[in-house]
Amino acid sequence: MKKPEPVGAVKHRRDTVLSAIVSQIPYIRFLGVSFDRHGDELTATMAYHPDLIGNPMLPALHGGATASFLEITAIVGLTWASLWEDMEAGNIDVGTVQQGALLLPKTIDFTVDYLRAGLPRDAYARAVLNRSGRRYASVHVEGWQDNRQRLFAQATGHFLMPPRDAKH
Amino acid sequence: MEDLADGMAVISMPYDEALIGDPVTKVIHGGAVSALMDTAGGAAVMAHPRAGVGTATLDLRIDYMRSATPGQRITATATCYHVTRSVAFVRATACDEDGDLPVATATGAFTVIPGKSKT
Repeated sequence: MKKPEPVGAVKHRRDTVLSAIVSQIPYIRFLGVSFDRHGDELTATMAYHPDLIGNPMLPALHGGATASFLEITAIVGLTWASLWEDMEAGNIDVGTVQQGALLLPKTIDFTVDYLRAGLPRDAYARAVLNRSGRRYASVHVEGWQDNRQRLFAQATGHFLMPPRDAKH
Repeated sequence: MEDLADGMAVISMPYDEALIGDPVTKVIHGGAVSALMDTAGGAAVMAHPRAGVGTATLDLRIDYMRSATPGQRITATATCYHVTRSVAFVRATACDEDGDLPVATATGAFTVIPGKSKT
């Protein structure tokens, strides 16, 4: 039987690939979004910042910030899922991914439901792949704040996947 | 803000490297375009004579027609095409400096806050 890979090496490889995806997209830093990983599950956090407020009277998060946050979560989730198998099989050259040769999915359409006002606090989101084909993918994203059961926004989007042979 | 009339708003956003969504092509992130169209939609609702001074987005659907050309300013135009007592229906278009084919279009529903009507 093959000896299991040391846990440190597994975590290091996964975290390196994830941070390579995230650090390459300037807009993620602009919005202040970060990703936590547990196994293959990603949770995005948009850290609260006064610049994210759209309605200063309430105050409530800007709908555009919320939409952007959910779309980022979908794109990173989709890219992460598409790299997962190759990454686990050791077929990915982490150096190449880090050098910015990563092709990202393109958004075809994105629909956001604003369920309640976004509070001036950190927001969290997770993406679920409804269907991920060779060319097209459908992704659902849920966003919440204090309570996982009480979503403040959700979204569904369709994406055009990058050509597989040119993936990395 | 470029223009504001009854139920119509035009807002533009300069190209900025911080807004890049795809590092290879330097194309601006779709989310930044969504945010611009959401802002224009909200402004169009607030500029409508029968709507109140505040609004919130109920839903917004964006269709991305093509990538925005890197380096170009993006301009969003939003119009309220129907306003009821409680909901405003809005269409918006985002163009870069090549105005022929839009970068993205959006349709959205926004709240109309009752009792705050300006008329």
